[in-house]
Amino acid sequence: MAFLEISNLEKSFGTNRVVKDFNLSIDQGEFVSLLGPSGCGKTTVLRMVGGFETPSGGTITIDDVDVNGLRPNQRNIGMVFQAYALFPNLTVAQNVAFGLKVAGVDKAQTRDRVREMLELIGLSDLGGRYPFQLSGGQQQRVALARALAVRPKVLLLDEPLSALDAKIRASLRREIREIQQRLAITTIFVTHDQEEALSMSDRVVVMTGGMADQIGTPYQIYNQPTTRFVAGFVGTLNTFDATVTDPATGVVQIGETSVVLNRAVPALKGAAVTLAMRPESATLGAGQDGDLILKGKITEVQFQGAIIRITADVGGQQLTLDQFNRAGSPPPAIGAETSISLPASSLVVLVA
Amino acid sequence: MSKVLAWTAIVLGCIYFILPMIGMAEFSLSMRRGVYSLDAYRVVLADPVFQATFGYSVVMALVTIAFGVLLVVPTAYWVQLKLPEMRPVVEFITLLPLVIPAIVIVFGYIRLYNTSSWLPLTGTVMGTNLLLMFGYTMLAMPYMYRAVDTGLRSIDVATLTEAAQSLGAGWVRIVMTIILPNVLGAVLSGAFLTFAIVIGEFTMAAILDRPAFGPYMQLLGANRAYEPAALAVIAFAITWACMGLIQMVSKLFKHKRAQS
Repeated sequence: MAFLEISNLEKSFGTNRVVKDFNLSIDQGEFVSLLGPSGCGKTTVLRMVGGFETPSGGTITIDDVDVNGLRPNQRNIGMVFQAYALFPNLTVAQNVAFGLKVAGVDKAQTRDRVREMLELIGLSDLGGRYPFQLSGGQQQRVALARALAVRPKVLLLDEPLSALDAKIRASLRREIREIQQRLAITTIFVTHDQEEALSMSDRVVVMTGGMADQIGTPYQIYNQPTTRFVAGFVGTLNTFDATVTDPATGVVQIGETSVVLNRAVPALKGAAVTLAMRPESATLGAGQDGDLILKGKITEVQFQGAIIRITADVGGQQLTLDQFNRAGSPPPAIGAETSISLPASSLVVLVA
Repeated sequence: MSKVLAWTAIVLGCIYFILPMIGMAEFSLSMRRGVYSLDAYRVVLADPVFQATFGYSVVMALVTIAFGVLLVVPTAYWVQLKLPEMRPVVEFITLLPLVIPAIVIVFGYIRLYNTSSWLPLTGTVMGTNLLLMFGYTMLAMPYMYRAVDTGLRSIDVATLTEAAQSLGAGWVRIVMTIILPNVLGAVLSGAFLTFAIVIGEFTMAAILDRPAFGPYMQLLGANRAYEPAALAVIAFAITWACMGLIQMVSKLFKHKRAQS
């Protein structure tokens, strides 16, 4: 049995079912992100694990203990909130020590643990300050230290980086992941930011409409999305409407062009499917042998620094492709006719 | 032209409020014929009844404040956290003492808790004191509740509570170590108002026949000439000191919050 097991979890507010038959197993020390748009139920799932919402159905077990009947203060979980939630009347050190004091840990041990935690987050010299004297990033680090000080079984992070500016967000992202790996603490991270989820997690749960749409490693989620929602929500995606002509060998028809995918397609002959392709899979000009070649006209060029995002009109469909910026190779001109090549293996068939 | 009218209104207003006070203060200093002196104050302050009644009212005020804080802070906290839809109802209830005269409340108390009732509180001195304290708490409720509620709204009660819960804290610890210290400024404002109300309250104390400061002021006013004026000045000074303390405390806490 996994360390944290969520089975058939349900939550309704009145007639509104916000979490539907949600299942998830998390191993000890794993970092799992719940990713999805606002209102998809990700925070509700996290809050049910924390004990702040009562499930309408299903079970949650942590370390083989069914925690459904336990109050939040009996679950031994650590939680970090988007709004930091540091106690304004306590200093940084007192905030970190709060959970230890509640647990009745003696003074000397508390002092050592607080010192250890403040060292962990790199704020050893700020123990005497009050929360209002800290920056947002520092406050969130203290919140993390406070949550970790009590050695919780599970760490719950509820969009902890959302209130911070981009630069601090990126550095704190690395820091949180590093600390999580060092302590090997089982962690659930809720975010609507796909970059955060993909860069930090061992596994990502993409949620929509209260359900887990796909659970997989960041690599799987990005490269092998199984539903149209996941494909569309995570990263940018080009989609083509196609018709299956030979499911066994994977031959599909996109308009006039026949494309051989060289793998079985899970659909009947004549079925309409969607082919999806990431912008970075396509290249301008002739590619390698066997690549699918499409003719198009450049309609938009966005220079983004390391990446140049190009939009081309291909037979009436807009296709986006990303090219690395190379000095000496200027971006193509808008209106230029071009050929676009893409390997058949980069096309993902979306049936759902 | 409008400026002249505005200033005239202000001056008239000031005269209306200040002139009687100047007159009263002047009269309180006129006990000794021909010269200003503090004789009236000396007499009042040396009067053992003054000391006893003032001491009684101060103790009652402190007990009322303690009871009010224990009643209002958890109630306002719970309403904000769990029953936000009940807020209008609770606000209405807390405002009732402003529209129900104290005399009605106290007669209601006597009717309910007299010696032949199922809870004969008026039968003993301690019981009557308790009843008076409940009455004072009710009179101060509109101010105390409003102050605490405003304080609670200025902090993220729900998230702070959840943060404390996730760290293992129970309700009592959360209220005492997290919520109360963070609304202390508001609680102190409510406390000073309560103090001012209790010190000057007459109706309840007189009808319940307790030796409070209000009835003493009335008694003195009916029998002496200069001392009641001195007493009124003292009572004003206490009220103003309370108001000053409210200003000071709220400024202090606002300053702290502004930095956060």
